[in-house]
Amino acid sequence: MSSIKDIQEEIVSEFEILGDDKESTVFYIMELGGSLGKFPENERKEENIIKGCQSKVWLIADDVDGKVHYQADSNTDITKGLISLLIRVLNNRSPEEILNAELNFINRIGMGSIIGSQRSNGLSAMIKQMKLYAFAFQTKQNA
Amino acid sequence: MSLNIDQIRGLFPVLHQEVHGKPLIYFDNAATTQKPQSVLDALSNYYGRDNSNIHRGAHALADRATQYYEETREAVREFVGAKEAAEIIFTKGTTESINLVAQTFGRKFIGKDDEIVISTMEHHSNIVPWQMLCEEKGAVLKIIPINDAGEIHFGEFEKLLSPKTKLVSIVHASNALGTINPVRKVIDAAHAVGARVLLDGAQSTSHLEINVQDLDCDFLAFSAHKLYGPTGLGVLYGKREILEAMPPFLGGGEMIKEVTFEKTTYNEIPFKFEAGTPNIADVIAFKSALDFIKQYGKPAIKAHEDALLAHANETMKPIRGFIPVGTAEEKVSVLSFNINGMHSFDVGQMLDAKGIAVRTGHHCTQPLMKRFGIEGTVRASFAVYNTKSEVDKMAEGLAQIARFKNK
Repeated sequence: MSSIKDIQEEIVSEFEILGDDKESTVFYIMELGGSLGKFPENERKEENIIKGCQSKVWLIADDVDGKVHYQADSNTDITKGLISLLIRVLNNRSPEEILNAELNFINRIGMGSIIGSQRSNGLSAMIKQMKLYAFAFQTKQNA
Repeated sequence: MSLNIDQIRGLFPVLHQEVHGKPLIYFDNAATTQKPQSVLDALSNYYGRDNSNIHRGAHALADRATQYYEETREAVREFVGAKEAAEIIFTKGTTESINLVAQTFGRKFIGKDDEIVISTMEHHSNIVPWQMLCEEKGAVLKIIPINDAGEIHFGEFEKLLSPKTKLVSIVHASNALGTINPVRKVIDAAHAVGARVLLDGAQSTSHLEINVQDLDCDFLAFSAHKLYGPTGLGVLYGKREILEAMPPFLGGGEMIKEVTFEKTTYNEIPFKFEAGTPNIADVIAFKSALDFIKQYGKPAIKAHEDALLAHANETMKPIRGFIPVGTAEEKVSVLSFNINGMHSFDVGQMLDAKGIAVRTGHHCTQPLMKRFGIEGTVRASFAVYNTKSEVDKMAEGLAQIARFKNK
């Protein structure tokens, strides 16, 4: 499995191909949203909604053999695309790896100017929630 | 008279720019309109030449600033056809104007079991202040239902009216749908049971000719920034006898006649409601915005906007998955819609990538969205400087976006 660093490099080069064209970038992010796995209907509940996002985002996580397995969904395609990038980087890794991950690809692909400042705040809220899950599993594993 | 739109566009510096490498198409006019150069000049001239505090200064600058400030009040009086300038109060915006009425008129004249009537299509700023008042006073909020086109059921409205009705507070033109409400009939029916009427004119004042004396409304609230004027400035018109009977809103300087530690007496209207140093620069610059509208005339402006709306309806209709929201007979230039299978945020973001600025979401009308069973809409709203070719570009863009999900 590639390292967090390597996957971030991959994402950065994919976005570099799109260049400064916002239109293709937005379409691309929306296409990525389609790659998100199916979210369990019974988890689509209030307590799994991430606060601080403009769109609705549901996020759950399981500890599968010591690795964190995330599942997420959103009511908007662009947000789904953004989540799919985060999941691609962080899924099925140990809590330590996730907690230590420096997610620089977001700034490097200029996400702020692509999705606007409000959505960027939402993206930070998603990352925070993903790390919180990792922290919870780490605490449990060390108990 | 048909307008020279190219010449008008030349007056708005902000329109001449590219966003994301595409020429800006600004269709978010119901949120705020752009400002002509004359408004920008007036702001700069005030700070550059006349800046001083008004009404009490004993010097030339204060005299000038006071004179310009009061000239705007007179221009607003003329703009809405009020009997006298003293009936024009400057506020921060429509929201503050409505809250002012709720907190003063409402607190004094609305009591337990009294009723306030609003409609399903109100902006949150014409819902929440009344809910707060009802909670405080034990009054009751009644809601006028609407049909699927987004028009009020007038018969149902009449059934809501009774001697208990103390106030009808209704939007003149809906920000989310564009519907123009039959306010003349609403006012007459409300007055027949002794109720007062507040019109939320935030979306109507830039399109429709308004004469508060002909309409006989008791209050009219609106914002300067939706009228090609500066942000942070609004107007409350009220009939003199009602304003005089209302207690003050905020306490402080300007609104007093005499202050002793035992008792304070209040100033005359409008100053009774303008505590503290007001938004002098923006008030002064607002006159240039009103002059701009007056120069072309609202009938010509509305005719142009109506033509844009008709053209938009025509060009968007064939787009696969295009779902219009709000199809009232009488509308201002607001086109609210959804694209089948897509969230309005996504559509808005994709239009933005094409340089087209629209509003998406619930438009601060969540109960209205609930009535239609939707989360939100995409809203394109047209102003005097928009063109048919801009509408065509949006239609092309939308067709491409719609193909994304409606293949």
